[in-house]
Amino acid sequence: MNVEALKDLLYKMADDQLVLGHRNSEWTGFGPLLEEDIAFSSMAQDKVGQSWQLYKILNELGENDPDTVAFMRNADQFHNCQFVELPNGEYDFSLIRHFLFDTAELLRFQFLSESSFEPLALLAKKIKGETKYHSMHANIWVKQLGSATEESVSRLQTSLNEALPYALGIFEESKFEDDLITSGIFKGEAVLKEAWMGEITKILNKSSLSLPDLTSIEPITGGRNGIHSEHLQPMLDEMSEVFKVDPTAEW
Amino acid sequence: MYGGGNTFEAMKATALVDEDPIKLAEFEARIERGEKIEPSDWMPQLYRKQLIRMIEQHAHSEIIGALPEGTWITRAPGFKRKLALMAKVQDEVGHAQLLYGAAETLGKSREDMIQDLINGKSKYSNIFNYPAFTWADSCFISWLVDAGAIVNQVANSKGSYGPYCRALERICAEESFHLKYGHHCVIHLATGTKKQREMMQAAVNRWWAPMMHFFGPSDKISVHSEILMKWKVKMASNDECRQQFLDMYVPKIWELGLTIPDDKLMKNEATGQWEYTEPDWDEFKRVINGDGPCNKERLAVRRKAEERGRWVREALLAPKAKYVTPLA
Repeated sequence: MNVEALKDLLYKMADDQLVLGHRNSEWTGFGPLLEEDIAFSSMAQDKVGQSWQLYKILNELGENDPDTVAFMRNADQFHNCQFVELPNGEYDFSLIRHFLFDTAELLRFQFLSESSFEPLALLAKKIKGETKYHSMHANIWVKQLGSATEESVSRLQTSLNEALPYALGIFEESKFEDDLITSGIFKGEAVLKEAWMGEITKILNKSSLSLPDLTSIEPITGGRNGIHSEHLQPMLDEMSEVFKVDPTAEW
Repeated sequence: MYGGGNTFEAMKATALVDEDPIKLAEFEARIERGEKIEPSDWMPQLYRKQLIRMIEQHAHSEIIGALPEGTWITRAPGFKRKLALMAKVQDEVGHAQLLYGAAETLGKSREDMIQDLINGKSKYSNIFNYPAFTWADSCFISWLVDAGAIVNQVANSKGSYGPYCRALERICAEESFHLKYGHHCVIHLATGTKKQREMMQAAVNRWWAPMMHFFGPSDKISVHSEILMKWKVKMASNDECRQQFLDMYVPKIWELGLTIPDDKLMKNEATGQWEYTEPDWDEFKRVINGDGPCNKERLAVRRKAEERGRWVREALLAPKAKYVTPLA
């Protein structure tokens, strides 16, 4: 087993979950209705909790403890895709991101539940059980708002168009892609992307939204290699503001 | 989270004149026997109005209360605290949902209540008009403001209106976890590094006056309404709640080596009552009437959230929206 390849995979997934979980938590107190406020907070807790578990596996592979890893790194040491670090924007953008990302996330952990690396397979079984509900939540809202009023359809369509180049960046391949596939750790980003396109098409077809031709869209990549938008570092600064007052203290 | 200091509708001498005396007597006898009043039961108009006002103020306090603590979710130090604080604030929003539901059983819609919050017609707990400057402030709120709320809410859960009592029982169960979380955070700060201890002490100094205000004006100066007590709308006086809080928590605060910024604070062993410097009730009135450090900001945030979410709510009501089968 190529441990470097495995760590690379774990880092990018853990960072995705942490960053998007953090973004979701920013909806607390600001949701368009109380029920959505609560839903985004639930998903935030799941995602941050999942990132914690992934960092624990990394810790067992010799990396630093989860708090240090999450709260002390700078943006260029993060491997999340740029999609998850973008600000929440309006509810339409947050919803579309939630839909596009969580569809991929659910498929990813479904694949990983059969991973040859057992600790990851076990965790993935747990995560896919939680993420199933996130995905159902996104689907129900996309179908509903994506076919309700002129304004809701137009808002969702605009957000979808803006989000897609970033969403395609989820599948940015790493240099370890072949290692991961041949060792049976992960089926690889290309297979995941193919399955994702099928799923999002199925849901969008049940709404008045239209999916642009994905092959004509240039993906926004770089996140997996530590290249980020201007939004990640300020988010991390805020996240670590208290922790960095005294990183050795017990909080 | 909610304390006393509710503002009730001014009582008019004629308030009960139009009520059917036989029904009123039956109603009061039921309350006297400890029965719960349910939404479809007969009730005097005044009872309905006071309860709507009280439950509504409580619900507003939950969503506004989510704001000062919510700002610390994104800065909570470490996974454990981050997850716990998210869950805690989520609970508070959930309480608002429960309470708006309870108030709706009395005939006022959630939309109307939220509108009255935004236009300043309805009040919410005064304490949330103060800013949470530091992480330690958020820990103070989680431990002691929630502790104060539990004192008040446990009393009110024994009130006469069924839906409110049932909501309060659930709420108190959750609040007791918040209190444990808050206490745990405060213990870590109060027994931590020099910086942490200073941060915690500064928070206690900042929050003590609002905490004393939390239970509402002293019984000596507050408009006292015997009928609200008789109808079990109000279950304990402001001073009774304040005394109970001091009795339960001052020793715990002192135990952590923290000081309380009130030289006169002591328990009179002869009377069993706590003695303290009377809080500045003029400040309380000023803040509750809109002139506190954060009143404008809190309402502006709420108003913005409502405005930004309007299209979502409209879309849900759209007649051509596809019906989507509930998942569970």
